[in-house]
Amino acid sequence: MTKTYQKDSIDPAEITPKEVYLSRRNFIRSTGLIAGSMVLAACVPAMPSDSSKPTAGPTPTIGLTDELGNPVTPYDQVTSYNNYYEFTTDKENVKPLAKDFQTSPWEVEVFGMVNKPKKYNFDELIKTFKPEDRIYRMRCVEAWSMVIPWVGFPISRLLEEVAPTSDAKFVRFETIMRPDEMPGLSDKNYPWPYQEGLRLDEAMNDLAIFATGLYGGELPAQNGGGIRVVVPWKYGFKSSKAIIKIELVSERPDTMWNTLAPNEYGFYANVNPNVNHPRWFQNTERRIGETGRRKTLMYNGYEDQVAYLYDGMDLTVSY
Amino acid sequence: MKHIRPTLLQVLVHAGGIIPLVILAFQYYSNDLGANPILELEHRTGRLALLFLVLSLACTPLSIVSGSKEPIKRRKALGLYGALYAFTHFAIFVSLDYGFDPGLIFAELTRRPLIIVGAVALLILIPLTITSTKFWFQKLGPNWKRLHRLVYILSPLVIIHYFMVVKGNLFRLQGNYQQPMIYAGLVIILLILRIPAVKNVFLRKINPDNDSPENS
Repeated sequence: MTKTYQKDSIDPAEITPKEVYLSRRNFIRSTGLIAGSMVLAACVPAMPSDSSKPTAGPTPTIGLTDELGNPVTPYDQVTSYNNYYEFTTDKENVKPLAKDFQTSPWEVEVFGMVNKPKKYNFDELIKTFKPEDRIYRMRCVEAWSMVIPWVGFPISRLLEEVAPTSDAKFVRFETIMRPDEMPGLSDKNYPWPYQEGLRLDEAMNDLAIFATGLYGGELPAQNGGGIRVVVPWKYGFKSSKAIIKIELVSERPDTMWNTLAPNEYGFYANVNPNVNHPRWFQNTERRIGETGRRKTLMYNGYEDQVAYLYDGMDLTVSY
Repeated sequence: MKHIRPTLLQVLVHAGGIIPLVILAFQYYSNDLGANPILELEHRTGRLALLFLVLSLACTPLSIVSGSKEPIKRRKALGLYGALYAFTHFAIFVSLDYGFDPGLIFAELTRRPLIIVGAVALLILIPLTITSTKFWFQKLGPNWKRLHRLVYILSPLVIIHYFMVVKGNLFRLQGNYQQPMIYAGLVIILLILRIPAVKNVFLRKINPDNDSPENS
């Protein structure tokens, strides 16, 4: 199989009923507990029943892997460990703070150097661009990673429809600002709104998607719902959340982390184990849910699909 | 004469030293440290090590100010709890985090500034921990005090290590610098109080009778 992502819908046989999934997890927890600490096991209170049930019918799955055979990160961890500074800098606290964030209705405006500027609402996006399942590795610049089964459609599909003019060289993504619902926005140390961008040819690569859901269900607020960017060969901060504006521009846009600390966060931010962050290495990563470290792969393992974009570039300069 | 009855402060020090470790072990084994438990273990043991370091540095000034010998008697235990958390911090880094991979660990220890600073602080901590017993105190005589002044180098290193782990831009103060700032402030104050001129002029003025031989 040469496919690089899960294109087909999931075989129903692969989908485990939620009860089985949850009981399996409790089983793993309790056995891990016993193995880990016979001494403490006696004092452990009964496991609380799992109250973090997903709201909109995601399909928890086991046995689902990316194209390299890595199992997907459990739904609970994907949805409770999030870098989302509009809410808080505390990754574990985004989920509770985002619980009242309204992801519906959602509207995205595409404008700038395009022949057919347009405003899409969420349903139009789904109907027009037909999201599919894509299992991607997500590598954070902080050297942790996950494997996430997204639902989304290639950015290229949308760009083809709005028809960029010949002057358009970059795509700029802008994240929503709702200070009433996003307490982190009161921190004026950051140049809000969160902005990110891609070179047009990067955005046209088939791997780059707008995600509209995950785990077969809707996209939770803490993961970037309404809709978000996912660029799996770049560090996570390039994949901006809760997009409301997509602008085609001729100049490289100012992006959030690059503006804050240009020596630490490049515009390209391609996952590269050979170019270290000034304060930490990028050659290894901790996969959430695992102990020990994994070797970080060039372009996060998507080298075959994206290396051509950077031919002739010095990656130590354009990091 | 031996004390059989522990003092209240003594009880608090030992409870404060042991309970967080028990809680941490309990949470780890019951899978209650969030999605990234190893990082949480590293952060928490690191912060606890720094907390006990600051508390141990506060003992001498507190004894001088209060005129009581009680704080300074607790200094050794506080320092050793700091060492316990620091070595646990390092042990987690080597084992759970890097899986005892010698190549990876060597590269981190030699080439990554954050880790180098932490490792130097840890190296300094080793002789301080070993010589914390009465045996070494008597054997080293005046050199014991000189040796233990290394804590004045160790403390700033730990603070730098803490600042380096924060994501953001220190020069523009963009990022989560509140906690490192608080600890840096405390360490700076506690070190300034040790400058002989400051100590003599300021602290002795508060309590002119006190002249503890253990002051350092």
